[in-house]
Amino acid sequence: MKKYTRPLRMSKREKRDAWTFSAFVFPNFLLLGVFVFWPIVYSLYLSFFKWNMIAPRKTFIGMMNYVNMANDPVFWQVLRNTLVLAASTVFVKLAMALGLAVLLNRKIRAKDSYRAVLFSPTFTTSVAVAMVWGWIFDPNFGLLRVFINAVGLRSPNWLGDVSWALPAIIIVVIWSGVGYDMVIFMAGLNNIPTELYDAAKVDGATPWTCFWRITFPLLSPTTFFLTIVSVIGSLKAFDVIAIMTDGGPMNSTNVIVYYIYQNAFQWFKTGYASALALVLFVIIMTITLVQTRLARRWVHY
Amino acid sequence: MAIRHRDLSGSRLIGRVLTHGALIIASLVIGLPFIWMLTTAIKSPAEVHLFPPVWWPEKIRWDNFVTAWESAPFGRFYINSIITSSTGVFLEVSIASLSAYAFARIKFRYREMLFMVLLAAMMIPGQVALIPNYVVLKHLGWINTYQGIVIPHVSSVFGAFLLRQYFLTIPDSLYDAAEIDGLGHVRILFHIALPLARPVVGTLTLYLFISKWNSYLWPLIITNTQNMRTLPVGLAMLRQAEYAIGPEHLMAASIFVLVPVLLIFFLAQKQLIEGIASGAVKG
Repeated sequence: MKKYTRPLRMSKREKRDAWTFSAFVFPNFLLLGVFVFWPIVYSLYLSFFKWNMIAPRKTFIGMMNYVNMANDPVFWQVLRNTLVLAASTVFVKLAMALGLAVLLNRKIRAKDSYRAVLFSPTFTTSVAVAMVWGWIFDPNFGLLRVFINAVGLRSPNWLGDVSWALPAIIIVVIWSGVGYDMVIFMAGLNNIPTELYDAAKVDGATPWTCFWRITFPLLSPTTFFLTIVSVIGSLKAFDVIAIMTDGGPMNSTNVIVYYIYQNAFQWFKTGYASALALVLFVIIMTITLVQTRLARRWVHY
Repeated sequence: MAIRHRDLSGSRLIGRVLTHGALIIASLVIGLPFIWMLTTAIKSPAEVHLFPPVWWPEKIRWDNFVTAWESAPFGRFYINSIITSSTGVFLEVSIASLSAYAFARIKFRYREMLFMVLLAAMMIPGQVALIPNYVVLKHLGWINTYQGIVIPHVSSVFGAFLLRQYFLTIPDSLYDAAEIDGLGHVRILFHIALPLARPVVGTLTLYLFISKWNSYLWPLIITNTQNMRTLPVGLAMLRQAEYAIGPEHLMAASIFVLVPVLLIFFLAQKQLIEGIASGAVKG
């Protein structure tokens, strides 16, 4: 910010500026206070109570919601599903996105059209996406069965099978997100100075060496950013799961946000749901703080 | 990237063919679900239940769209989605502009501190706030209302940051000249800063509109009657057995929901993608 040098008599103006500033930021801070910051405090409070959201009285039960959580096998399954979803999508999605970004960053024809098609799922209504994918996974008439039969296999009963439902969700999450990651990688690739490649070429480096010695290390800030964004995004997954599987079969696709939703708005276990929400908050907060720490140390800027 | 003038020697030609081949396959994988949605939506019930599937129906069944439209109050869903998305965008962009301008141009003792508070808000996921927000809205009597759908999601952190960055790039001399002319902050914001920031405001508006149009979880929680549902919530309800409609109607209904978003995307795809690439909007 520019430093002003002001005559002393400006204090009246300073006062006016203070009022203007407050008036300008007031609506935003009021809303953030009520709908973003207060909820953290209130969730913590509610997590010590048993409450069905309707009854006028809440019953204080101390740490019981947390004790119940530790003893709830569904909670551990939900946590495991959430982590599996986050970990498996991030690697596949980033690898594919990087490959596509490298290809698209060459001088090729129809670059903008490819980019638009690959990016289009990013903005597509997730409920509609989940609807069509539910139909693609149909074991009898689904599109995917065509390709599975073509290679001589039998289609699993995707969304109805405890061991195939989560992979199906993972496929949809990758399909939806690969275009966004690709566009961010393309921006990262454009920031790498071309002289580096020219110099490497003079030294006789192959494209393969160039990729692993120049592109990949210099892209590390982008890769790191996308890893964090993808992991946090997967931790918040809800829409696709709610539409395609309702968390089933037998909780095999139940993830933390869906479990919060079930507890709070289907079973009215408000206190337990608040405790779950706090767990999600702590996980995301930890990742964000670790990110700010590590970004300084690891990343090759 | 430097343009290299070279003959298309054999290996380069192969490289080019492979590049296009890989990109075409990837585009097909991404595009096929959309095509499948469209062709399913125009098939007859008999054709839908054929394996191997037919790619194109014998006779295009446009009436599937009519059946889908009439299976639920889609007209009403459309109105609800348009009202909530557009008022939400208007409020959020206004709130973002005011905050951004204040943080960029107005001197205030606690400005840096308040900026840190804004930063902190970005780290809190909205999914954590579902229950408290529901309770607050219940006290306000806003359950199942438009303001209940809209107001909890119009505070702005990201938009405020984005516009602030832009306002900071406008040369001081412009602001100073306006001040000498006796313009106050309100006028400077509306007559100088915002008009200059039009491309950024435009991208932000489109991006926010699409994300509000697509949002599902909050409208699902806060609405409890058919006539207040937004399109994604109404569409999701069609899966329930009571509607007893076929996949061709579900696909047709999905297309209703997607049309406005795809229209915006195809008209403004360059602006939106480049906005994302330059960090202007988050995905």
